[in-house]
Amino acid sequence: MSVTVAKPGEVRHNYLNAGDTVLSWLLTTDHKRIAILYLVSVSFFFLVGGLLAGLIRLELLTPQGDLMTSENYNRVFTMHGVVMIFLFLIPVIPAVLGNFLVPLMVGARDLAFPRLNLASWYLYMAGGLIATWAMVTGGVDTGWTFYPPYSSSYSTSQVTLTIIGAFIIGFSSIATGINFIVTIHKMRAPGLTWFRLPLFIWAHYATSVIIVLGTPVVAITLLLVVAERVFRLGIFDPALGGDPILFQHLFWFYSHPAVYIMVLPAMGVISEVVSCFSRKRVFGYHFVAFSSVAIAVIGFLVWGHHMFTTGQSVYAGMVFSLLSFLVAVPSAVKVFNWTATMYKGTIDLRAPLLYVMGFIGLFVIGGLTGLFLAALATDVHLQDTYFVVAHFHYIMVGGTILGYMAGLHFWWPKITGRMYPEGIAKLTALVIFAGFNLTFLPQFVLGFLGMPRRYHWYPEEWQMLHVMSTAGAFLLGIGFILPVFYLLWSLRTGALAGPNPWGATGLEWKVDSPPITHNFEQTPIVTEEPYAYDNHHEPEEVFSGTGASTTKR
Amino acid sequence: MVQEQAPQNVSLQFEDVHQQNESYIVGMWTFLVTEIMFFGAVFATYLVYRVANHTAFWEAHLRLDIPLGFINTCVLLTSSLTMALTVHYAQRQMPKQQLLWLSVTMALAMAFLVVKGFEYHHKYVEGLIPGPNFRFEPAEYFRPAQLFFSLYFAMTGLHALHVLIGVLVMAVMAVLIAIRHSSVQDFIPVELVGLYWHFVDIVWIFLFPLLYLIPR
Ligand code: HEM
Ligand SMILES: [Cu+2]
Repeated sequence: MSVTVAKPGEVRHNYLNAGDTVLSWLLTTDHKRIAILYLVSVSFFFLVGGLLAGLIRLELLTPQGDLMTSENYNRVFTMHGVVMIFLFLIPVIPAVLGNFLVPLMVGARDLAFPRLNLASWYLYMAGGLIATWAMVTGGVDTGWTFYPPYSSSYSTSQVTLTIIGAFIIGFSSIATGINFIVTIHKMRAPGLTWFRLPLFIWAHYATSVIIVLGTPVVAITLLLVVAERVFRLGIFDPALGGDPILFQHLFWFYSHPAVYIMVLPAMGVISEVVSCFSRKRVFGYHFVAFSSVAIAVIGFLVWGHHMFTTGQSVYAGMVFSLLSFLVAVPSAVKVFNWTATMYKGTIDLRAPLLYVMGFIGLFVIGGLTGLFLAALATDVHLQDTYFVVAHFHYIMVGGTILGYMAGLHFWWPKITGRMYPEGIAKLTALVIFAGFNLTFLPQFVLGFLGMPRRYHWYPEEWQMLHVMSTAGAFLLGIGFILPVFYLLWSLRTGALAGPNPWGATGLEWKVDSPPITHNFEQTPIVTEEPYAYDNHHEPEEVFSGTGASTTKR
Repeated sequence: MVQEQAPQNVSLQFEDVHQQNESYIVGMWTFLVTEIMFFGAVFATYLVYRVANHTAFWEAHLRLDIPLGFINTCVLLTSSLTMALTVHYAQRQMPKQQLLWLSVTMALAMAFLVVKGFEYHHKYVEGLIPGPNFRFEPAEYFRPAQLFFSLYFAMTGLHALHVLIGVLVMAVMAVLIAIRHSSVQDFIPVELVGLYWHFVDIVWIFLFPLLYLIPR
């Protein structure tokens, strides 16, 4: 690999300047460009979902429903959920960071099926636009879970259109999953054995397995809901002879594993960042790698914990409860190992590491409250309250989104060739952490006191907690808008990064930033384990780029 | 097995034909796994309801045409054989025979669809299409029978869609082989179509007894 240092102002050929027409972007099969396409579209949908969240929090500022009618409130929280889960959280890390990094990390010139990769973006956009269209023309009010018989027989909103949108998006994530599985199996560089793979790759492999096994099930289930709605078939509606509990089984068979589709890639990011900024190899590499696989496997066996109170047999409930406790074990293994990695490490407290530390803390809270919910007796009290809302936001925002922010900052120099501004990035990380906790910590209390989810009227005495939550939400909003500005700003004015500004291990840091179109001038050969920070990678390598000499030691 | 003598179409992302071929095969198998999960969900739904409404489902399944279903089973099984022959001749680089057996496979697939069309038509005439015109005696089994036929159409319809896609893919394949297109010089593309086709057949092997041969 030729790693030559760019002179300031010199423009070298790379994937970004390989073509600048709109068509060169829309018809690209370069995984890195597709990642950028995803970055832009995913950010757009995050904005939409965020605005809807803002509406929810504004409405909840007062105990009365004075901002919108109950019908509209139902629509707003449903669309918030649909957009955030199907259009943001599920694709965000695999389709942006994963797309960009998987080929680079395994030493390949691209994913196995580049055209399939582009097709997945088009499917995503088609599904996203259909869902957006459904929202503009009336919205949906079923909740993101689409429970029948309400969704199939009673709701008068745009259920059919929204489900068709979700169905199409499902195929886009299946395409990504197949691509990752094949690439990781068949396209690793010479010498890159399974146990030399970065943990980011293990996490994406486990995620892909879940996607491939789970998504088809939810796709067909949602299709049956549409069939029942359109042709009155009677598959789930008891009035027509169907069984609504069966829907819940099929839905959660995908949607519980789907929570791991959302969080596993973030865990992959954490492993990379934590070891780089601790200058240590990841503690217990094999355990972290296998815990991803264990999560993928056990994650498929716990869906019943969403149905403790909806008419599932108590014996089934007991089994599901036990299995849910089991799935917490591999998650905890990861947390312990990340912490142990930092222990006695040479900590370099940069913005990505701040996000990582936020992730670890918030994920622990999210995971532990998951155990409360997985205990049969407490769940009867907590089901469908704000406690559940707080639980999953701790994991999906505190986990997935913080992990994404960590990764975005960590690989920003690789993606764009420029450094982000460190100071404001750190400040933003703190704002997000503070805003997040202010938003969601009160919701645990609210839920425990009995505030049901999906309601917008509530007794006066809970107003204080809701005001705190709304205030936090706006702080959080500011925290998510700031990066848009400073990252865009850095595209022109950020210091040039050089190939390896962090002195990190991993094949992606051995090529130019931004990389050339086909990543490697010649296929790399791997001769050592990952995260070999103690072997070499001394600080001087940190300065291989111009302008990036920001490392203080 | 793999012919190393280029000029083969090796896409840029692959090191060599070997890696490319293996990637395609793994990709196809992974895709088939998603298909299994796809059909699996409907099969599971069907089985749950069949256990719950056994007698009614038994009554309803008497209205299916077992001889036609049996003929179709034979047709599809034969098409699996002819598809295997297609792959066999592809591996030996014999385009004429390849084209012959691919065409036979296509013809059998279309025959299957025609028979299925007749069956659907009979159901329509007998008022067995779920919806406002659905009629079923004895009346006590009306709802579960409608459920049975809902699932019958969902499952066989989904399967027929897969057969149709198979016919289209085979047609494209046949044209490519006929014009000696460089992308089908290797046998791997044919092998992939073959894998898909065998999968479609296997789905029917499960559908037929599940729907047509319910024990009392
Ligand atoms: C690791 C990532 C996790 C994510 C992203 C996540 C996400 C979610 C989501 C979205 C819901 C709400 C579903 C709904 O009703 O709309 C939920 C509920 C639940 N979660 Fe988690 N969860 C995670 C981990 C866990 C763990 C480790 C456990 C237990 C060991 C757990 C136990 C539960 C239970 C029992 C519920 C049902 C609560 C109820 O409705 O009563 N979760 N989770
Ligand atoms: Cu769950």
